[in-house]
Amino acid sequence: MQSSSSPALPASLSQPVRRPRVVGWGRLPAWLRFSLLLAGLIGIWQAYVTIKSPDQLLFASPRDVGEAFVNGWRDGALASATWTTVKVLAVGIGIGAGIAVVLTVFATLTKLGDDLLTLLTSILNPLPGVAVLPLALLWFGLNTNALLFVIANATIWPIAINITTGFRTVNPTIVSVGRNIGLSTRRLVTDVLVPAALPHTISGLKTAWAFGWRTIIAAELVFGLSGADGGLGFFINNAKLYLQIPQVFAGLVTIAALGVVFETLFGVIERRTVVRWGMKTVPTTK
Amino acid sequence: MVYAYLCYKSAFSEEGWSRMSSTLSRLRQRRDALPDATLAGTDAVLSVSNVQLGYWTPEGFSLAVEDVSFEVRPRERIIVIGPSGCGKSTLLKAIAGFIAPAGGSIDVAGRRTLSPGPDRAVVFQEFDQLFPWRTVLDNVAYPLRVNRRSRSEAASAARGFLELAGLAHAADRYPHQLSGGMKQRVAIARALALEPAILLMDEPFGSLDALTRARLQGELNGILDRTHTTLLFVTHSIDEALVLGDRVVVLGNAPSTVQELVDVREVGAPDSPAYADMRRRLRRLLAHEGEEVDEDAVFV
Repeated sequence: MQSSSSPALPASLSQPVRRPRVVGWGRLPAWLRFSLLLAGLIGIWQAYVTIKSPDQLLFASPRDVGEAFVNGWRDGALASATWTTVKVLAVGIGIGAGIAVVLTVFATLTKLGDDLLTLLTSILNPLPGVAVLPLALLWFGLNTNALLFVIANATIWPIAINITTGFRTVNPTIVSVGRNIGLSTRRLVTDVLVPAALPHTISGLKTAWAFGWRTIIAAELVFGLSGADGGLGFFINNAKLYLQIPQVFAGLVTIAALGVVFETLFGVIERRTVVRWGMKTVPTTK
Repeated sequence: MVYAYLCYKSAFSEEGWSRMSSTLSRLRQRRDALPDATLAGTDAVLSVSNVQLGYWTPEGFSLAVEDVSFEVRPRERIIVIGPSGCGKSTLLKAIAGFIAPAGGSIDVAGRRTLSPGPDRAVVFQEFDQLFPWRTVLDNVAYPLRVNRRSRSEAASAARGFLELAGLAHAADRYPHQLSGGMKQRVAIARALALEPAILLMDEPFGSLDALTRARLQGELNGILDRTHTTLLFVTHSIDEALVLGDRVVVLGNAPSTVQELVDVREVGAPDSPAYADMRRRLRRLLAHEGEEVDEDAVFV
């Protein structure tokens, strides 16, 4: 393929495409790049502690934090705090999702329900979850129910509004096809509407999880104990009271790590469903 | 059913499908050679009598179809053609059972149509009529399972019809991985697999480029020659009507009535004089009153 076979090509087009570099940052696998970056950041953190040696009652070195993290998980203090938080969060989101589904069905079937959902969502969705905590404490007392109430309130609205949008934006042609091939109303819902609304449902659950996660940590910080053992927010607040700064950091590391785990989980679910089906496009990581 | 599937399969492997569907005129000759007894003297598959259709607007009831009657006989290919807004798509939706006629009646195989059903499988114009969460094979097999066919039976029938549509190689892909033409082929395979009493097609090739459109018209002719499916096809293209149809129902402007029912079986290939004459005649029928008809204008 020499230039003789394509004589009239303009200079700009006939120039060879720049070859990709054989070695370079972008050619490393993603996990290695992010591991290296993380190691670099931890190195800077360690360097700051070594060089400036800040007050140990205010700041911990990565080494101390690592130690506190490992010990916390080994002696069960962090593990039980994490378990408490995740359990309350799961039950809270479960309640929120259940109420959201009921509201969605009502909103899809009747105009009144539709208006009610629109009104409630516009009033209650912008309300930060913890804002209702004082009232929840008054109504339910110092127990898990107050936390569940706060989390349910924080998660109902993003789920309900997303599922409703999902149902409302189902392509009418697909619904016509469903009726044409002889689907009953029940199967039209389960086999056509639900999968067609799945991208919205997943993004609703993602938002609900993010809201709920921030809300429960904040609520635990304010409110502390629920039942016999406290959650992660309580763990951090408690460690701060006793000036165990490495433990405070270890709690934060746990929260961040769990966040990454859940985000990854949602990513996997999306890749196996809506992305695979071409119903949602994701930006490719370079 | 298994026997029918084997017939498809063997017929397909004998001669390449693309070669089969290459020349339109050859296909038309094959079809014209069908004994006339298959077209006449049998009960109508579809009978539309004095159908009136309309829709509600804020101003009141607006009539789209005033009075339309015609019958479709077994194996016949009927094309409904008319100016845009004449209610031809509305008529198809009524036959499919999606909307109820304001007057008159629609009977399929002697039964009044009240709701949508697989005996009137529809191929729509939109490319996104496939279920995106199902593979190509499952898009064809799922409706069969809905209609009480076993999983294995549905899958093997689906494979047969995909092969008929020239898509055996794409069975495991998802719809978003297909081109527009391939999506429409899957939709045709899905509709035919249901073995409908009448296949309803609502401008299925309207969103395709001219080349793909011509190829799919040829393929559809070939497929229907094999399956002997009765067809009702809505289009605004005269050429499409002449290439695919046995008879053409010409609708007027809304509120529409049947202007004329034209037999187009004898028009032959697109380069024959009879074809040109028929084309001119249909153009004149479709022109608005008082409108000049440019006899030589070419539109697809």
